[in-house]
Amino acid sequence: MKPIKLGWRLVRTDTPPWWMTPSIPVLILIATFILTSGLILWAGANPFQAYYYLLIDPLTSRTGFLEVLVSATPLLLTGAAVTFAFSTGYFNIGAEGQLYAGAIAAAGLGMVMENFSPLLAIPIMIIGGFLAGMLWALIPAILKIRNGVDEVVTTLLSNSIMAYIVSAILNGPWRNPQSGWPQSPDIAEAAHFFKLFPRARVHFGFIVALVVAAILWFILTRTSFGMKMRAVGMGKPAAEFAGIGVKKTILISALVSGGIAGIAGVSEVAGIQYHLIGALSAGYGYTGIIVATLGSLNAIGVVLAAFFFGLVNVGAQSLSGALRVPIFLSNIIQATMLMMALGMFLLKRYRIRRS
Amino acid sequence: MDPISLITHLIAATFRVATPILLAATGETYSERSGVLNLGIEGTMFFGAFIGFYVADQSGSLWLGLLIAIIGGLLAGLLMALLTVSLGVNQHVSGLSITLLLTGLSLFAFRLLYGNMPVPPNVEVFPLLTLFKGIPILGVISEQTILTYLTFLVVTPVAWFILYRTNYGLNIRSIGENPEAADAAGINVFAIRYSALAIGGALMAAGGATLSIGIAGSFTDQIISGRGWVAIAIVIFGNWNPVKVMWGSLIFGGTYALQLMLQAMGLKLPIPYETFLALPYIVTIIALVIAGRNASYPAALLKPYRRE
Repeated sequence: MKPIKLGWRLVRTDTPPWWMTPSIPVLILIATFILTSGLILWAGANPFQAYYYLLIDPLTSRTGFLEVLVSATPLLLTGAAVTFAFSTGYFNIGAEGQLYAGAIAAAGLGMVMENFSPLLAIPIMIIGGFLAGMLWALIPAILKIRNGVDEVVTTLLSNSIMAYIVSAILNGPWRNPQSGWPQSPDIAEAAHFFKLFPRARVHFGFIVALVVAAILWFILTRTSFGMKMRAVGMGKPAAEFAGIGVKKTILISALVSGGIAGIAGVSEVAGIQYHLIGALSAGYGYTGIIVATLGSLNAIGVVLAAFFFGLVNVGAQSLSGALRVPIFLSNIIQATMLMMALGMFLLKRYRIRRS
Repeated sequence: MDPISLITHLIAATFRVATPILLAATGETYSERSGVLNLGIEGTMFFGAFIGFYVADQSGSLWLGLLIAIIGGLLAGLLMALLTVSLGVNQHVSGLSITLLLTGLSLFAFRLLYGNMPVPPNVEVFPLLTLFKGIPILGVISEQTILTYLTFLVVTPVAWFILYRTNYGLNIRSIGENPEAADAAGINVFAIRYSALAIGGALMAAGGATLSIGIAGSFTDQIISGRGWVAIAIVIFGNWNPVKVMWGSLIFGGTYALQLMLQAMGLKLPIPYETFLALPYIVTIIALVIAGRNASYPAALLKPYRRE
């Protein structure tokens, strides 16, 4: 009996038509618009007007634009972190936990640096956060390299462990003595990331994020280590054969990835909250995976994706204020775009045939 | 309370807490056995909790709520199949995107349907069955909802039977181990993965609905709070075997219930109570290390299958 065939077969093509690459983002946006407009209509709003608030309105005012940068900052960092690991084929799903590791370090160091100069306090916090994120990424990385334990599961589970560590710290030693809330004491004034512009929240962390993205771009495209990373990512046996230290490359990429995610935690503590709270990250570590994937694992793509997601986050706020469309539309849009993108990337490389 | 009655209540609570986790973990077992790691589990549970609550609240029927939640989960499983089986996309990225989508969708719909209420709306949950009323110990332990009975007495044994004693189960396991060989043997890899993911999604959503209309009686944004990830851990800990997964769920349920009880009693412990909550994750990672390269992962897990 011939089995029933479901679905289609993808046949690889080496020559995607020239118009494919530039039209993909446009197609993704159009498809997302169509798929989400039903929800917007359900919320009683006009989809075109809604998308105006989502994508255009934040860019028309100074406050809106600078808020987009605030919102993009952690996503730039976690996106860069995930890109660094994914490039070698090390699937670090643990940026969320590594972000909190960095945040704990930043809050702990920030609290005790009252008499420091900001010139000293800020670099100490960034390095401390980087090391903390790295340390938290170390266990899954070593387990992967030494024991062959799959990193997807261990990094995912380490996020939950970190969430409980944060909760234990905030309900225990760091419980705020004044308010009794589960939030750490404030960090010293000297440890605050300075604001870039008056009357706006955008802070030094944004500059840090851009520098990190630039370094990422440089390493990935302009150094021999970046070439090794990509070779390992494309296939471990071939890379091994070419004489590349595969394990060492993976270890470094995993640790640096954790470190960058740690800086994202520092940036949120020192630039926005000034203390550690359980809800410091709105899933930035997970969104970073989406940003990295949409940015197709290159630094420029990551920067664009992070800005776009920052825009959607701020736009969703103005949308919910103006048209009463629930703010959670931004999550739906981000997820839909990702799914569309995953499908379209394939279309670029394959043609669909009925099987 | 005397120690006997404390322990009895602890055991009763263990079963109650373990039920949603066991449902979801059994769903994940089907998915992973067929070779697909479904990280959409957290969102699918959340979606199931929401749909189950909403339908039960509107229709007044808890069973209808559960049924619609199961259908919703089934569709979520099919979406996962579309992405990972037909399109062959990265399994973890697909799963996380489904979690993000379904979480967002549930919160969006909840806000539209109920507004921004200061106190979450409530439904009457499934009643507790009192099968051995009046009998000491057993009387208290057996006071569970029908969902707990169905989960432990039907879902787990049936899952074991399907996976180990039916042709269909053999097919699921063989495509999870070696899809090329299974395909060559005439097994339809795509159809079986689609069906395994659909069953898996349905069970995950049923697990979520158990939380909202079997335990809490309400739907809040914190209702799942990582239980999907616990289920992933338990599946590995249980070696992808439904019976062992059941033991794993009970161990989790026990530590969770113990932690709740200790907190309720106001005992001052030398270690933070979060230690108990983090334990399942730590134990799973240790179990993975001990099993090391011998961990009996379905060999094709995380690998898309494409006919060349």
